[in-house]
Amino acid sequence: MSNSPPRSHPPLAAPPEGAAASLGRPGGSSERTVTLEVLRYDPDTDSEARFQRYEVVCQEEWVVLDALNKVKADIDPTLNYRWSCHMAVCGSCGMMINGEPKLSCHAFLRNYEGVIRIEPLANFPIERDLVVAPDDFMDKLKRVKPYLIPKQEKPISEGEYKQTPAQLMKYRQYSMCINCMLCYAACPQYGLTPSFIGPAALTLAHRYNQDSRDGGRKERQEVAATHEGVWECTFVGACSEVCPAHVDPASALQQMKITSSIDWIVEHLIPGGKP
Amino acid sequence: MAKSHKPVVWFPFAAGGTVIAFFIPVIVLLTLMAALGHAPAGLDYANLHAFAANGLGKLIIFGVVSLSMWSSAHRLRCTFYDFGVRADTAVATILYLAAIIGSILAAIYLLRI
Repeated sequence: MSNSPPRSHPPLAAPPEGAAASLGRPGGSSERTVTLEVLRYDPDTDSEARFQRYEVVCQEEWVVLDALNKVKADIDPTLNYRWSCHMAVCGSCGMMINGEPKLSCHAFLRNYEGVIRIEPLANFPIERDLVVAPDDFMDKLKRVKPYLIPKQEKPISEGEYKQTPAQLMKYRQYSMCINCMLCYAACPQYGLTPSFIGPAALTLAHRYNQDSRDGGRKERQEVAATHEGVWECTFVGACSEVCPAHVDPASALQQMKITSSIDWIVEHLIPGGKP
Repeated sequence: MAKSHKPVVWFPFAAGGTVIAFFIPVIVLLTLMAALGHAPAGLDYANLHAFAANGLGKLIIFGVVSLSMWSSAHRLRCTFYDFGVRADTAVATILYLAAIIGSILAAIYLLRI
């Protein structure tokens, strides 16, 4: 697995125009020695984290994950990190690359100069090296009930819950989340207030709220409309900037603030009103 | 967990944000043009004074001024929060109070016209 040969990448991110030309190597593949500065930490043996440098001979078209795989295969098999699909679908190879949360399979070496600093995702406890513990996110995900809660259960004999293309489009974008947690690593509010439910979980709550087959919004509001829910968000927008799936969590949270505000007005200002 | 009462301050903030986005750039531009002596004829002193003297005009000006101030106060509160200033109640009190005082002053000046 870790000594897999360099592969061609699906067209996820086109290289910037003239990228090859600016490196003086128009077309074709060429090698380049890249210096990685990787955070190492083993809670069992280390009292504190340290950085370790690796000089890696890389192909020009490689991504950071390829370079890490090369380190693991040829230089240092003790390095720990998560990855699986190598095509920005599984969401498991998120890490801080030069201080920015990125999928390492989606971070092309040609876009970096000098030493590339690689750290585990910010705002999460480190399990080992670049592996973080996602428990807090998983717990919050559960709390927003990210699944269909039908308005009315109906027997299978009555057939499927149908939906028009227009109804699908209302939530489709928000259903593209790959749970990579880059938005949590980017969100300054999550960093400062760990109880914040956070961008991805709230966006998934919104995704189900927007689904015509769903009737569970009221249950999700018990978590989403609290101080720790959407109201902890100050609309910095970093979540949307780093999202590799273009989900735009910030827009979902702002829409939830509007609907939660309307709920509040109905509940408090209209006699007998129920949201 | 109890639902938040933040909509009370967030709704005027959202309304103010919309007002700021639509009106403030135009107002800044027209003010600069007026300062340079290029105000359109319809926006000369006499016309604007008449607008501010009219009841509906007063209401519109008050709405733009108070909502913009409230929105700016709330935005500033969020900015303090983003920078890690966690004395949120104190920050919110000071900023909202400034917006409220500003709104009252705007109302007083408008009613005097």
